[in-house]
Amino acid sequence: MNKTPLHAQHVAAGARMVDFGGWEMPINYGSQIEEHHAVRQAAGMFDVSHMTVVDLEGVDVRAFLLKLLANNVDKLKQPGKALYSCMLNEQGGVIDDLIVYFMDDEWYRLVVNAATRVRDLAWINQQAACFDMTVTERPELAMIALQGPQARGYFHTTLGAEEAEEARELKRFSAQQIGSWFVARTGYTGEDGYEIICAPEDAQRLWQELMEQSVQPCGLGARDTLRLEAAMNLYGQDMDETVTPFESNLAWTVALSPEDRAFLGREALQAQKDAGVSRQLTGLVLLDRGVLRHGQIVHSSRGDGETTSGSFSPVAEQSIALARLPADIVEGDIVEVAMRNKRLRAQVVSPPFVRNGKPDYELQQ
Amino acid sequence: MSHVDKSARYLASHEWVRQGDAGAITVGISDHAQAALGDLVFIELPEVGATFDKGDAIAVVESVKAASDVYAPIGGEVIRINEALEDAPQLTNESPFEDGWLFVIVPTDTTEIDSLMDADAYAATLGD
Repeated sequence: MNKTPLHAQHVAAGARMVDFGGWEMPINYGSQIEEHHAVRQAAGMFDVSHMTVVDLEGVDVRAFLLKLLANNVDKLKQPGKALYSCMLNEQGGVIDDLIVYFMDDEWYRLVVNAATRVRDLAWINQQAACFDMTVTERPELAMIALQGPQARGYFHTTLGAEEAEEARELKRFSAQQIGSWFVARTGYTGEDGYEIICAPEDAQRLWQELMEQSVQPCGLGARDTLRLEAAMNLYGQDMDETVTPFESNLAWTVALSPEDRAFLGREALQAQKDAGVSRQLTGLVLLDRGVLRHGQIVHSSRGDGETTSGSFSPVAEQSIALARLPADIVEGDIVEVAMRNKRLRAQVVSPPFVRNGKPDYELQQ
Repeated sequence: MSHVDKSARYLASHEWVRQGDAGAITVGISDHAQAALGDLVFIELPEVGATFDKGDAIAVVESVKAASDVYAPIGGEVIRINEALEDAPQLTNESPFEDGWLFVIVPTDTTEIDSLMDADAYAATLGD
């Protein structure tokens, strides 16, 4: 089993450790709901060192990414800017979702999912073969996500005056090398904060300093409910190679213009768009008592669908889910979810479920 | 290390039972079970008056992480359920052996209880 550089610190903090795709990771340190609220109300930190960091370097990197990604890296004008994108197969199916950071003309950094690491690296290397560039995985680096309305302030106190000033000036969805650390103002919770990529010993020291400041350590459990409230897709659950971004609430990440940018999967997406997309990924709020989960059948007058992620929203204090449903279902519709031997009523809502720490939907009476 | 209440008997599936007056037994889930499940957010209890055979799925405890069935530790009729759990399922996290009990059964055959594990035997299965 793989262990991150922070493993001993998790165990010392009383974490419940679980196997997560071959990594022994903390699921929670106590109450998962308290960890969730800490991130929404103040700050929490996550060990995400299992994530896969890949550096792309060389003169052809931009040209390569224009082909590899469904989103358009030509949107990245300023060094440090980040872009969220899907990486598609020729059929338009999602191989993975990722963040690409534009550091300079010959250096881009990708952060991709741990669970898809082997497939991703094989695909990237295969596509990179005819470009003048190198693909380098950086497994030696650790990664900490510090998230929440007070997260940035906590991080700044761990830095020297000059470094803190650099961090303060960092814009949303941007990254910068600060000293030997890669600091990005990104995350997977819907809150402001940082993702910090650094050497293992630096990560251990940073984690310890933040623990001493009483920043709440948070496990993968809270990470999942936070990202679900923010309606951020989980790869392998909300999408995979059998669905396109259009069927995954990610049309906003597909750049079909300019028309002459021949990215992988483009023809299939264009054909699907021309024919009409028959399914959508949208939100459900459970009206009856219970908890929505992944893989439940959803019945509606317009056809059936399926929940892809479901849990209890600690902020809304209600069960929420992402569901792949017929395209003509609209916000406000009432559907039925099959659960054990019953059918429970749920209302279709437009994701995200939570914004600025509050529920972001209204239920009809 | 989880707490194992000495006055209860246990199933390998982490339910506990405790015999009360007039032969009725109270059923709950163990401290080990609630800790493994994490924060409970919904508990579906059986209807009062429902009858069950030993081993039937009789209730469901749902945490933020997962749903888990609770099995009837003994055949019988449900005579009472813990209605406080409807609004406060976290009682089963906070007090699994007392305030967080789930339901009360009148057993068809009280001798079935003797086949369940005592506290020491159950504790030995936990390995924590």
